[in-house]
Amino acid sequence: MRGIRLALPVLVIASLLVTPVFTSGAPRSSWDAKACGRVGGTLVFGQAQDAVTLDPADATDGFSVNNTSNVFDTLVRFTATGTQVEPSLAESWTVSPDGLVWNFKLRRGVRFHDGTPFNAQAAEFSFLRQFDKKHPYHHGTFEYAEFTLESVKSIEAVGADTLRFTLKAPNASFLAMLAMFSNAISSPTAIKKYGKDYFKHPTGTGPFKFVEWVQKDHVTYEANKEYWGGRPCVDRLIIRGIPDNTVRLLEMEKGSIQMMDQVNPPDYARIRGNANLVLFTGPGLNVGYIAMNVEKEPFNDVRVRRAVNYSVNKPALVRAFYEGIGQPAKNPMPPTIWGYNDAVKPYEYNPEKARQMLAEAGYPNGITTELWWPNRARPYLTQPQKIAEALQQQLAKGGIRAKLVTFEWGTYLSKTRNGEHPMAILGWIGDNGDPDNFLYVLLDKDNANKGSASNIAFYKSNAVHDLLIKAQRTSNQSQRAAYYRQAQTIIHEDAPWVPLVHAARVGAYRKEVENFFLHPLQIWWLHRVWIAK
Amino acid sequence: MTRYIGRRLLETVPVVFGVLLVVFVIAHLTPGDPVLIALGEHATPEAVEALRAELQLNDPLPVAFLKYMGRVLRGDLGRSIQNNERVTVELATRFPATIELSLAAMLIASLIGIFTGVLAAVRQNSWFDGVSMFAALFGFSMPIFWLGIMLILLFAWLLGWFPISGRLDFTVELTRVTNLYLVDAVLTGNWAALGNALRHLVLPAVTLSTVPLAIIARMTRSSLLEVLRQDYVRTARAKGLTESRVVRRHALKNAFIPVITVIGLNVGGLLSGAILTETIFAWPGVGRLVVDAIFARDYPIVQGTVFVIALVFVAVNLLVDVSYAYLDPRIRYG
Repeated sequence: MRGIRLALPVLVIASLLVTPVFTSGAPRSSWDAKACGRVGGTLVFGQAQDAVTLDPADATDGFSVNNTSNVFDTLVRFTATGTQVEPSLAESWTVSPDGLVWNFKLRRGVRFHDGTPFNAQAAEFSFLRQFDKKHPYHHGTFEYAEFTLESVKSIEAVGADTLRFTLKAPNASFLAMLAMFSNAISSPTAIKKYGKDYFKHPTGTGPFKFVEWVQKDHVTYEANKEYWGGRPCVDRLIIRGIPDNTVRLLEMEKGSIQMMDQVNPPDYARIRGNANLVLFTGPGLNVGYIAMNVEKEPFNDVRVRRAVNYSVNKPALVRAFYEGIGQPAKNPMPPTIWGYNDAVKPYEYNPEKARQMLAEAGYPNGITTELWWPNRARPYLTQPQKIAEALQQQLAKGGIRAKLVTFEWGTYLSKTRNGEHPMAILGWIGDNGDPDNFLYVLLDKDNANKGSASNIAFYKSNAVHDLLIKAQRTSNQSQRAAYYRQAQTIIHEDAPWVPLVHAARVGAYRKEVENFFLHPLQIWWLHRVWIAK
Repeated sequence: MTRYIGRRLLETVPVVFGVLLVVFVIAHLTPGDPVLIALGEHATPEAVEALRAELQLNDPLPVAFLKYMGRVLRGDLGRSIQNNERVTVELATRFPATIELSLAAMLIASLIGIFTGVLAAVRQNSWFDGVSMFAALFGFSMPIFWLGIMLILLFAWLLGWFPISGRLDFTVELTRVTNLYLVDAVLTGNWAALGNALRHLVLPAVTLSTVPLAIIARMTRSSLLEVLRQDYVRTARAKGLTESRVVRRHALKNAFIPVITVIGLNVGGLLSGAILTETIFAWPGVGRLVVDAIFARDYPIVQGTVFVIALVFVAVNLLVDVSYAYLDPRIRYG
């Protein structure tokens, strides 16, 4: 009796620490909002490249991820329209009071596409093969495992139903990391059977089953009618790689593909003017920015950095190069992420003020420097050369004479990570909707080490660092949001960057495609899409 | 002749070795870290270091090269950094697509080019001569990218006579044996697939053929004109042979020698991957493979592809040289 009397309060306290709790009479998933309007048919999605690999743990490019995300599930997943996290292969989870031990209760009765059962042992195997370098099936480079599972000390199956993660330090964004594509669960039987060729035989628990890969051309999938989340609406899914944006659009106009990614901005009008086609736009989870190397003169002076900010006319850039789709940025992270500080007052476009500030800082005749730009179109930098030229002109009016310097993508990344630039244009695409994924990675002093810096402004602020670490260690979201808002205020004042733009995410499809929503993470989940007659 | 061929084959060894050495050094010394590129804007210092070690990218260059040569001699071209696929398998799936496209383009270029060139030379200064040589110049100057898209717009998108891109409709079943779709279709008696593959081949092959066609036409014409001025041709005419006989029996064979050279060089060039054509038509060949690999610093793929291309080039040039002996009995190899 005494045992029970003690146990009850402990249970109550423990359950208060559970974040969040879902019981098995679970509320409907955000993905089930609409039932299939029509079941059947073949859906063809054309993207700019065929998959590089179909092993989700080894993928690094969006084209591979668009494929694997339709075949595999993760323990937890992002909601259908946002970056909050909901149950998937894990029905519920608990976390210990010190934030170090996470126990995930796994869904029962789920099978992999090869018929073998999904359970804690399978999940453990799937994680260990990417996490443990000595694992016999560690075939691949698993780049994303390095950073998503960075805070993990150990992973073990407890019984058949529970998977336990022990962390090295509390990490509030851990759930968001687990929802990422690289942490999808693969069938151990298939991994053992195919060994190094597993990347060509993806076997998961997801809505689509792999049929065939004609490499560098297309991948064919068929519906998994036994999918635990309800069968997908279409019977077959084909994902094709068509490199040229114009040719891809022509194929869609002709009807040989029904959906496409990466539309050329000049084609937006063409699509909108075509009654058979639909253009999807939504806010993107990215940022394009100019980073000023605060370790190089004159950018060690905050007045100079602010002067640069006053010289840039962001609305003009958005109108000219993003076809109006996209918004000027005032913070390092986009408004779609919780914790965004809308109270920050942006530096307005004012070249006169820029010149004044430069004079105050001791440069009455302005400054001469370099503006580096990457020679590769990115979602946040649609036409790199033209944008760099426009910026050069804008900066000149503010008294900043910048010579344009460029390198090809790989070289550019190397050099900027090594801090060789005075000012460089770059960007970031969010992985999981967590503010830490932007602010810590891009502006924390931990990431400002020459040679490997993701903080290419080399901005080292102790105040910001303290806030970001505190935010990592607490799982109370509103507390975290408060820390992140404070950090954004400090960053804005210190102005190590000129945040330029948050590019919209864009996709296009034929009008007979229904219930499509391009997720903020720009992953093309297609199992709830159907084709109307 | 056999000794000649034997000697030439021996010579390929230092040539290919030299090519591999140069490519290896250039690829590895180019700034840009494959791991960094794979991770893109993401990458923690620990991640980068760990992966470089795993991929053995930290070996000093000479050591790395020797290790690589050792593997090549055992037939192992290594594995792709991007997806761990064996390089030999990657090439085996991609090369046939390029071979099919290149051979089709060369066939069109050679047949039409030679025919046009001969006719232009025989009817020198006629309207045909003028128009065809102008057309050749036009084809040569046209940017392939533009030409490809124009052909797609007109013949595929507007008229619908041909598909827009790709090698085969995904609705068509085809058992792949050699990965040369035309060959596979014939081998398996799959006539629907043969027709479909041919339709897909037309536009890219025509696009790719325009530059070699122009070169071959002009080369044939000028070479034939040169030959027709020779003494032995004058003799043949004096003997009373018809012009057509003169051209066919006496002039053509000799005129072809420079033409064969040009064809050989172009085949080598086309096989290296018609990158622009492959991009526009989403043709899954070697051109895109190697360019994507260069941007990703996927050293094994870059090195392996260049190695195979070097071998192909050498083989084609040997064939060309041997054919000289057939064409011109005065050429003898000892």
